[in-house]
Amino acid sequence: MKENKKTYWKGLEQLSNDAEFVKHADKEFAELPTVLNEEGSASRRDFLKVMGFSLAAATLAACEAPVRKAIPYVNKPVDINPSIPNYYASSYSAGGDYASIVVKTREGRPIKIDGNELSPINGGGTSAIMQAAVLSLYDKERLASPMVGGAKSDWKTVDEQVKSKLASAGSIKIVTNTILSPSTERAIQDFATALGTVEVITYDPRSNYGIAKAAEATYGQAMIPDYRFDKAKVIVSFGADFLGTWISPTEYSEGYTANRKVTKEKPEMSRHYQFESNLSLAGANADYRTPIKASQSGLAVLALYNAIAKKAGAPTLSAPAVEIAHLEQAANDLWAAKELGLVVSGSNDPNVQMGINAINDLLGANGSTVDFSNPVYYRKGDDARMNQFITELKGGQVGAAIFYNCNPVYDHPRGAEIAEGIAKAKVSIATNGTLDETASLVQIVAPDHHFLESWNDFNPKKGQYSLAQPTISPLFDTRQAQDSFLTWAGNTTSYYDYLQANWTEAFFPAYGAEAASFQEFWDGALYKGVIGTTAPAVGVPAIADTSASAAEVAKSYKADNAGSELVIYTKIGMGDGTFANNPWLQEMSDPITKATWDNYLTVSQKWANDNGVTMVEEHTKKAQLTVNGKTLVVPILVQPGQANGTFGLAIGYGRTHAGRAGNGVGVNAYNLLDVSKGFVQTDLIAGVEVAVTGDSYKIARTQTHQTFMGRENVIQETTLGEYKKDASAGRYKPEIYKDGEFVKPSKISLWGGHKYSQHHWGLAVDMSSCTGCGACTIACQVENNVAVVGKQEVLNRREMAWIRIDRYYSSDAPADDLAGMEIAAENPEVTFQPMMCQQCNNAPCETVCPVAATTHSSEGLNQMTYNRCIGTRYCANNCPYKVRRFNWFKYHDNKDFAVANMAQNDDLGKMVLNPDVTVRARGVMEKCSMCVQRIQAGKLEAKREMRKVKDGDINVACAQACPGGGLVFGDLNDPESRVSKLLKIEESDAAAKEVGEERAYHVLEEINVSPNVWYFTKIRNKEKNEA
Amino acid sequence: MQVTSSVRDPLVTGGKTYHDVTHDVSRHVEAKPNIRWFLAFLTSAGVLALGSIAVVATVWEGIGMWGLNKTVGWAWDITNFVWWVGIGHAGTLISAVLLLFRQKWRTSINRAAEAMTIFAVICAAMFPVLHMGRPWLGAYWALPLPNTFGSLWVNFNSPLLWDVFAISTYFSVSLVFWYIGLIPDFATIRDRATGLRKVIYGALSFGWDGAAKSWMRYESVSLILAGLATPLVLSVHTIVSFDFATSVIPGWHTTIFPPYFVAGAIFSGFAMVLTLMIVTRKVYKLEDYITIGHIELMNIVIIITGSIVGIAYITEFFIAWYSGVEAEQYAFINRATGPYWWAYWSMMTCNVISPQLFWFKKIRTSIVATFALSIVVNIGMWFERFVIIVTSLHRDYLPSSWAMFYPTWADVGVYLFTFGLFFTLFFLFAKFFPVINMAEVKSVLKSSSEKVNK
Repeated sequence: MKENKKTYWKGLEQLSNDAEFVKHADKEFAELPTVLNEEGSASRRDFLKVMGFSLAAATLAACEAPVRKAIPYVNKPVDINPSIPNYYASSYSAGGDYASIVVKTREGRPIKIDGNELSPINGGGTSAIMQAAVLSLYDKERLASPMVGGAKSDWKTVDEQVKSKLASAGSIKIVTNTILSPSTERAIQDFATALGTVEVITYDPRSNYGIAKAAEATYGQAMIPDYRFDKAKVIVSFGADFLGTWISPTEYSEGYTANRKVTKEKPEMSRHYQFESNLSLAGANADYRTPIKASQSGLAVLALYNAIAKKAGAPTLSAPAVEIAHLEQAANDLWAAKELGLVVSGSNDPNVQMGINAINDLLGANGSTVDFSNPVYYRKGDDARMNQFITELKGGQVGAAIFYNCNPVYDHPRGAEIAEGIAKAKVSIATNGTLDETASLVQIVAPDHHFLESWNDFNPKKGQYSLAQPTISPLFDTRQAQDSFLTWAGNTTSYYDYLQANWTEAFFPAYGAEAASFQEFWDGALYKGVIGTTAPAVGVPAIADTSASAAEVAKSYKADNAGSELVIYTKIGMGDGTFANNPWLQEMSDPITKATWDNYLTVSQKWANDNGVTMVEEHTKKAQLTVNGKTLVVPILVQPGQANGTFGLAIGYGRTHAGRAGNGVGVNAYNLLDVSKGFVQTDLIAGVEVAVTGDSYKIARTQTHQTFMGRENVIQETTLGEYKKDASAGRYKPEIYKDGEFVKPSKISLWGGHKYSQHHWGLAVDMSSCTGCGACTIACQVENNVAVVGKQEVLNRREMAWIRIDRYYSSDAPADDLAGMEIAAENPEVTFQPMMCQQCNNAPCETVCPVAATTHSSEGLNQMTYNRCIGTRYCANNCPYKVRRFNWFKYHDNKDFAVANMAQNDDLGKMVLNPDVTVRARGVMEKCSMCVQRIQAGKLEAKREMRKVKDGDINVACAQACPGGGLVFGDLNDPESRVSKLLKIEESDAAAKEVGEERAYHVLEEINVSPNVWYFTKIRNKEKNEA
Repeated sequence: MQVTSSVRDPLVTGGKTYHDVTHDVSRHVEAKPNIRWFLAFLTSAGVLALGSIAVVATVWEGIGMWGLNKTVGWAWDITNFVWWVGIGHAGTLISAVLLLFRQKWRTSINRAAEAMTIFAVICAAMFPVLHMGRPWLGAYWALPLPNTFGSLWVNFNSPLLWDVFAISTYFSVSLVFWYIGLIPDFATIRDRATGLRKVIYGALSFGWDGAAKSWMRYESVSLILAGLATPLVLSVHTIVSFDFATSVIPGWHTTIFPPYFVAGAIFSGFAMVLTLMIVTRKVYKLEDYITIGHIELMNIVIIITGSIVGIAYITEFFIAWYSGVEAEQYAFINRATGPYWWAYWSMMTCNVISPQLFWFKKIRTSIVATFALSIVVNIGMWFERFVIIVTSLHRDYLPSSWAMFYPTWADVGVYLFTFGLFFTLFFLFAKFFPVINMAEVKSVLKSSSEKVNK
C-alpha cells in the first residue's frame, strides 16, 4: 500500500495551526454564537429569550386544544373512502307512498335520496317528502331504546314481557298502514300462525278505499288500478290531485309531463280538465279548471257519464241536472280520445268511483289508461274494518293491539276513541320509531329501525318488486319490526335471512332465470334495486252496472247546496303528517299557497270579500270552524280558485307528539273527517259552519304577491293552437332602438363579454313540464345545506331557499289597471316558474361587490366566495331575479335556531350535511351555485378516467329530483348535450349563445344580463287564453 | 381686491369692535360649563348610550336585528348613510365654494357648519361599516390594502368602493380645512388663557404667531384647500348617487341622480346648519354675528336647491313615462300610489312644497318659521332616501319577490346612536372650540361698513 503523504486541511487556519482554530476544532459550526458568554454563564438577554420562549410555549400548551372527533380508521372498511360517495339502491315507503331510490352515503352516512332511474315506477323522480326523509334518520327525538310502561327498557325484557302477555291476551290485532312488503306480510303471517287469533287491520291516513271498494263491486276484486297518465290524451279529474298527493303522484307526474312536452316535431300535448273545490296542484296545471262544490262532485261524474253515454248510445242514468262549465266540452274531448281518455276522481265514495269506472268502461279506457289487470298496492286500507276495530277496541273486546308503524290516535278520524280504547286492551304494543301520539299511550314500544337502516322488500305494483337495504348501522338501540314479529313468534332467524329465504322461494324461480345462483340474483337485484315485469294491460270486464250506485249518488249529492262545505286535503310538503318533525318539510313553501309552518282554512276570494277578510302580506284573521259539533280555530287564507261556498283544510298538522319542530304547528283536521258511511269521507257537505273571529294572525308565506302583473318579460305563455301556427307564439321579444334600427337587447352591451373555451354550463326550464311540485326545492336544500330559519324568520321574509318556484295567478283586470292586476282572478290560470340564480354572463351582482366576493368562472358560472364576502348585500339588491340569500343570523350552532334548523345544530342532525358544501357563516351572502360541487366532482372523475366530461355525468340536484324532467342541465359548449339540443344552440365559445329554439327565452331579456338559464314558454292546451 | 359698496348692510351688527368679537366668542370657551350645557350634553350622551345597545345587538347577533329581508337588502342603514352624508355637504360648500365666490357673509357660520360636516360624515361613515354582515373583516377588506390573500384586490368596478374613496377623501379634506381655520382662533384663546388651558390650546394652535407671513400662508392654504374641496362638494354625493344610478333596479337606474343628489345634499345641509345655528346663536347670544341677513341668505339657498330637487322628482316621472320601460314606469307609479305612498308624499310635502314658503320675505326672515322649516326639510330629505331605496327595492322586477319592509327597534336604535354621536360631538365642539371664526369675522368688520369701531 502506497503511503499517502497528502494532507487535507479545512483552511489556512488549520494549516497554520492557529490557536483560535485549535480551540474550536471539535465543533462543527465554530462560528455560531454560543449561549454562554465569555464567563461561561448565560447573559441577561439570553436568559430573557429562553424565558420568553418557555413562557410562550407553556402558555400555548396550557390552552385547551380542541378535541378533534375525527378518528382515523385503523382498518379501513373496504367501500368507504373519505370524500368519495357511495350509492345504494333502496326503497322508500311510508303510509303507502312508495319510490325506488338511490341513497348517497358519505363516510358511511346517508346524506341524499334520489330516484332510481331503473325503476319503472318513479324513474329518477322523487317528491319533496322523499327528498326530505333522510333528515328524519337523524332526528334525535327518535326512540333510542325500547320502552316498557313509559320507561326505558331493553330488548330482553321487552321480548319476555311481550311473549308472556300475548300468550294470554286472547284476540290479537295488528294495526298497520298499507304494507307493501311481501316478506313482511309473510313474517306477520308467521307471527299470526304462531300466536293463533291474530288479525291484521290495515288503514291509510289518506284512504283510497273508495276506489278499491268500487272495483270490488264493478269488477269483483278490491283493487286500485294502474292509472296510465303517460298514455292519456284527455284527462278528466274530479278532485284527484294526481300531481300532488293522490296515490302515487311522482309516478303520475312523470307520465303526465311526458305528454305535456311540446316541440315543433311533436306539437301535441294532452288536454287536462279538472273539476274540484280546492285549488290543487293538478288543478293548477289543468288546461280547463272548473271550481265546483264538493256536493256537486258526484253529480258531475254522473253528468259526464250521461254526456258520454249519449254519444256512445248507452243508457243514461237518472241524476239531478247540474250546471258545470266545461263538462260538455270534456265529454266531447273524451269521446274523441276514446281509450286514450282517462277519468279519475279523488272521492273516497265507492258510489262515485263506480261512476268513474262506468265512464272509463264506456270510453274503453279500461285496459288502456286504466289498468285493472296490473293493480297497484299503494293503498290497501279497509276503512270499514278499521271502523269496526275501533268500536271493538273501545268496547274492550281487543286483547292485544299491536300498532305496526302507524299512528291512528293522530291520523284516524276516530283517533280520540282509539286513545281511549288502548287503555282497555290487555296488551298494547307499538313498533313506532318515535314516541308519537299512539306510541306514547301503549304499554310497550319496540321501536323499528328507520327505513334507511332496514332490510326490506316491496311489491308496489303487480309484477314489480324492489329491495331496501340499510345504508347505515342502526344509530339507536332499535330493532327492525319484522325481527320483533319473528322473535315474538318464536322464530330465531334474522329478518335479513328470512327475506333472502323468502326471495329464494318466491322470486328467484320467477325472475332469476339469468342468474347462475341465488347470490348472483340477489346481488343483481340489490344493485339495481328493482326487478320485475309488467304484463300488458288487459281490460277487466265489469260484472255490475252502475244504476244502483248512481241512485245513491243522486241521493247523497246536491246540485245546489246552500250551506258551507269543507274539503279536507293533503299538502305536498306535509303529507299525512308522519314527517311533521322534519323542519325541511315544515318550511317547504306550499306550491299553491306558498305558506310554510301552518295549515289554514282556504276560502274563496268572494267569501273573503263578503266576510270582510282581506289578506295583506302575511296578516290575516282567524276563523272558527265548526264541523258536526267539533270546533277548531284556524287562520284564514284567501285562495283564488277555491270554489265559492267551500273551504279547504289540510291534514298533517296539529301534532302533539311529533317532536319539537312539529308539535303545535297548525290544527289537526283528521278529527273532522266523517266515517259514518263506512269510508273516510274527506268532502264534508253538511254541518259545516265558518265564522270569522276578531283575532288576527300571521301566516308565513314566501310569496305574498300573487299575480305577475301582466309582465310579459317574466311569464311568456301561449296556447297549443297558437303554438302550432307559430312556434314563437307568446314570446315577448323586446327590441331597442340603435343607429336607425331596432335590435335585440343582447346586441347592445357595455360588456366585453366572456369567452368559455372549455365548458359553459346552462339550464333549460320548461314551464310546461314544471308541475310546481317543489321536489327540486327540497332536493336543493338537502344537497346544498340550505338553512331552515323557522316561522318567524319566514314572516320576516328571510327564508334561505336557493331555488324557489314562483307561482303566479292570472288576473282579470285590464293591463292598464295596476291596482286591479294585483288581485287574482276568481278562478285563475296558474303558472309555475322555478327561479334560481340565473348565472348571468353580464351579472349585475358581480360588478357591485366591493371586495370581488362574487365573480365569474371560466365556465359561465356566477361564483360566490363566502370567505371573501363582507355582507354589504349590494349584490342582492342589484339582482333583478332576487335569488340571493343573506345569512341574517348565525343559523348553525345557535340555540335560537336549534329546533328549526336541526340539520345544522345538534350533533346528530349535522350528520345529514353534505360535506362538499360549506355551511355558511353569518353575515355572508349565498345563492344557487349550480351545484358547483357536483360539477367539480364530475370533472375530476372524467379527468381521472382521462376522458372528456360526457353529457349526463353531471346533474344538478334540482334537475335530478324533478319527476317531470322540467329542468335540463348541461354543457352549452357541447353540441351533443341534451340542453344544447333542446335549445338548438349555435356552437360558439361566446358567453351569449344564439338559441334557435323559438320557445326559449330569458326572463327580463331587455336588461341584457344574459342569463345561462332559459325558460320555455308555458303552453296550455286550450282554445284561447282565458281563466 | 374686492370692493364692497358702502350701502350694503353690515355683515356684523351691533357695532362690534375687534375686542368684542374675541370676547363674545372666547367667553363661551373660557367660562365654566353651565347647567344648560350639561343637560344638553348628558341628553345627547344618553341617546348615544341608548343607541349603542342597538349597535351592540346588531354586531353581536347579526343584521337580522334589523327589519331587512331577502327583497329589501338596504333600508334605514343606507337611508341614514346618505342622509348624513348629505347633511355633511353644507360645511364644505359654505367654507370652500363661498370662499371662492368671496361671499363674506359665510365667515360667521363656516366654523360651525364645517364642524357639523365633520360630525355628520363621521355619523354617515358608521353605516357602511355597521350595515356589513361581517364588519370586523369588511372594515379593512374594503380598502385596497396589500394582503397575503394572493393577488386579491378590491373590485374597482364597485360603486361601494368608490364611496370608500369619496367619503374618506371628503372627510380628510374637510377635517384639514376646518382645523386650519381653527389655528388662529386657538392661538387667540391661548393668548388669553393661563395654566393648563394655555398648554392645551397652545399645542392645538401649532405655535401660531400671527405674523404677516403666517397670515399670508394661512390665506394661501385656505384658498388651495377651497380649490380642492370645491370639486369634492360635487363629487361626494355624485359618487354616493352612483350606488343607485349604476344598478339595474328600476327607480335606481337613473342618470339624473348625480345633480339631483348634490342639490338635495346642499338642501339638507343648509337646513341642518340652520337648525343648529338658530339654537347656537340664541344660546350663545350671537345674534350680532349670525344675523337675520345670514338666515335669509341661507333660506334663499334652500328655496333654490329645494326647487331643483322638486324639478328632479318631476323629471324622474317624466323620463319613466317617456322611456317606455314598463318596470321603470311601475316603479314610479308605485312610489306615488303603492304601499309606501305616505313616504313619497311626506317627501313631496317636506321637500318641494314647504320650502316654497320661503318666497315670502316674512317667512324667510322669521326665526321660528325658519327653524321649523329647517327640520321639516331634513325630515323630507330622510324620506327622499327612504323612498328611493326602499320603494324601489320592495317591488322590482319579479312580482313573486315583492315584499314590505318594517323597521325594528334596532333600526331605530342605530339611527338614534348616530344622533347621539352627532350631538355629543357638537356640544363638545360648542363648549371647547370657538363656534365662530373670530379671525375671519374680524376681517369683515371693516369691509362691510365705512368705519370700524376700534
